[in-house]
Amino acid sequence: MSKPNVTRVKQTSGSTSISSLLYSQKIAPYVFVLPFIISFSVFFAYPVVSAFIMSFQEIVPGSSKFIGFDNYKELWNPTFFKAIKNSTVYTALTLLLLIPIPLVLAAFLNSKVMIFKNFFRSTLFIPALTSVVVAGTIFRLAFGELDGSLMNTFITALGLEKQRWLGDRWLGLMTLLILACWRWMGINMLYFMAGLQNISKEVYESAEIDGANTWKKFTNITVPLLKPITIYVFTISIYGGYAMFTESYMLWSGNRSPKDIGLTMVGYLYRSGWEQNNLGLGAAVGIVLLAITFIITFVQLNLFGLFKKEE
Amino acid sequence: MRKKSLSLLSVSLVMTLALSACGGNNANNTANNAGKATNEGSGNTAPTTAKATKVEFWTFQQLHAEFYTEMVKRWNAANPDKTIELVANVSPYDDVHNKLLVALQSGSGAPDFADIEISKFPNYIKGEPQLLPLNDIIDPELDNLVKARFDIYAKEGNYYGIDYHVGASVIYYNKEILDKAGVNADDIKTWDDFAKAGKVVLDKTGIPMTTLETSEQWSMWLQTAQLPSKDDLLKADGTPNLDGPEVTQVMKWQQEQMKSGVAVGAPGGFHHAEEYFGFMGKGGAASVWMPLWYMGRFTDSMPDLKGKMVIRPMPAWSAGEPRSAGMGGTATVITNQTKSEDIVKQFLSFAKLSKEGSLATWTILGFDPLRSDVWNDPAMKATNKFTEYFGSNIFDVLTEVKDEIEGINIGEKTPQVIDAIKTQSNVRILLDNEDTEKVLKDVNSGLK
Repeated sequence: MSKPNVTRVKQTSGSTSISSLLYSQKIAPYVFVLPFIISFSVFFAYPVVSAFIMSFQEIVPGSSKFIGFDNYKELWNPTFFKAIKNSTVYTALTLLLLIPIPLVLAAFLNSKVMIFKNFFRSTLFIPALTSVVVAGTIFRLAFGELDGSLMNTFITALGLEKQRWLGDRWLGLMTLLILACWRWMGINMLYFMAGLQNISKEVYESAEIDGANTWKKFTNITVPLLKPITIYVFTISIYGGYAMFTESYMLWSGNRSPKDIGLTMVGYLYRSGWEQNNLGLGAAVGIVLLAITFIITFVQLNLFGLFKKEE
Repeated sequence: MRKKSLSLLSVSLVMTLALSACGGNNANNTANNAGKATNEGSGNTAPTTAKATKVEFWTFQQLHAEFYTEMVKRWNAANPDKTIELVANVSPYDDVHNKLLVALQSGSGAPDFADIEISKFPNYIKGEPQLLPLNDIIDPELDNLVKARFDIYAKEGNYYGIDYHVGASVIYYNKEILDKAGVNADDIKTWDDFAKAGKVVLDKTGIPMTTLETSEQWSMWLQTAQLPSKDDLLKADGTPNLDGPEVTQVMKWQQEQMKSGVAVGAPGGFHHAEEYFGFMGKGGAASVWMPLWYMGRFTDSMPDLKGKMVIRPMPAWSAGEPRSAGMGGTATVITNQTKSEDIVKQFLSFAKLSKEGSLATWTILGFDPLRSDVWNDPAMKATNKFTEYFGSNIFDVLTEVKDEIEGINIGEKTPQVIDAIKTQSNVRILLDNEDTEKVLKDVNSGLK
């Protein structure tokens, strides 16, 4: 194999210097990443910086002033701790449910013996396309407290007591989790299926020749080779869990869950920032939320060894 | 070191990816939580002439937009030299309040005039209000107006908003159920009578006498506000008053009714929940006390009760005490960003404070007008969908309690206090049966 010749442009006139600029290998990468850098700085970096500044201010029209750490001191209250706890429990449980289950489902849907593959693929994915508002409203009615609600009809038919689904801490959390699974299962499955397409058939074939059964193939080939995808799904799920707000807001038709059983961190941000017009406090909540997700993600990526040198 | 910063950068990049991946998580389109019908982004534009002044109006309530559209028509007919072209934007409840807050905070993008709901109002008069004082149009008319309804939108002697209605609270009885139990609504004078009658209704029909909101404030706020005391959810000086004698008395009484089965928690938690409409519409409870504007929820969401409901003054806490309170409401405000201050003020005065405008709030919206001098006007006897539903005595009830409509205290702490009621005190007292005084002390101490 001979190397392709790199043609050198001789600088003889102005036009060629422009073309040399256009073909410059030094500048090209910057041009290509520019759109991302611009959108990142406008829509992410700038808001984060200004939220950080706002979190040290008391913001009232006409007279905003710096008040040091007062907003952060005010955060030291039971409601905020409750919000952190709710968000953390919710995130942990969504991780437990929304990683293994979609992974197994993806493996099923990827296998040769599975029937109705396309039907299942689409039905599992459709919920992700619905609006959270619509889904939340439907779930709220399905999990209503009256005898006639869908869930109460079910369990009374099974001979159990009717429940106030959205009135009890664990039942309310369960409803949120069911809603989350129903919505995100298809998306996470899609990620895993994309990953599965990339695992070459030869690996499985050689494993079969060595006498590996389906379970062995799944645990020793599929799971380890899907690790990069799993890390990605894990990371966005952590973020998604902590950023959850709309689901809870719709389920209780507002920030009004009994004893704040459905109050999430973003819900608390919304309540203090908007509902009580205390944007400084809201910004402080946002900064704490950012710090928490940042630390957790960092620790998790370290554990997974994302930053280790490739061996 | 470089590796560290690189890894930090990569984490932040992952975050950004995550941000875009979960992009569906915005609350922009959350339906409003107060059960108010909304109709997104419909612009009602009134007919115009060549030199009409263009004014923009924001609201969360389609009916209000229709009201102003109609009033602009009348204004233009009466003032051909000062015509107005109205652009009314209706968006969901939370949306419109948030957008307005940002527009006023940042000093650009606000409409000429807008609606602000009472529980959000204190948010807009923090610091320097970015709204125009309306004293020059309110003061001349004040003798004929229900003054308490203007005080709630005032700060340091300036009036910033004009409501649509008095919001007089009344009690709605399901006459069919009361008749079955042999109870006469007119014999119920006090809350004690109400509790006794409730026992009779429960024993004879098995139906609870009433529902109490567990995740909203109306049930307890109405009963607290009607007390003759100057304090209600807030003290007169604006400090939270949940552990005061007024709220304590009301919540103790409510807890008793829950225990005896006379009252049940409103299905869905509040009187605007779909579940509640379904429950009440099927005759699930014999009564409910809400402000007069709640009539519209009956006509729109509980059509089956047509002809069965009657409206009466609320029972008093003891004989001779007030039987109503002015409750809830939405104020129309003029922002400081308007370019046509004079004409908007004149129009607002015409649309809401004049006799004609006040009558129109009844004929178009079915609200109890702010001008008490029109309540006896023959026009108030005209039939509309409300008189067809509840009978023609609506204004007789109002004139009966005309001098007993207690005001409420609204202040910067109001949104916080209401959040605490929605999420803490009501649930713990009414559903979990905790000790009333202890809960109220506990909750109030958390409201700095």
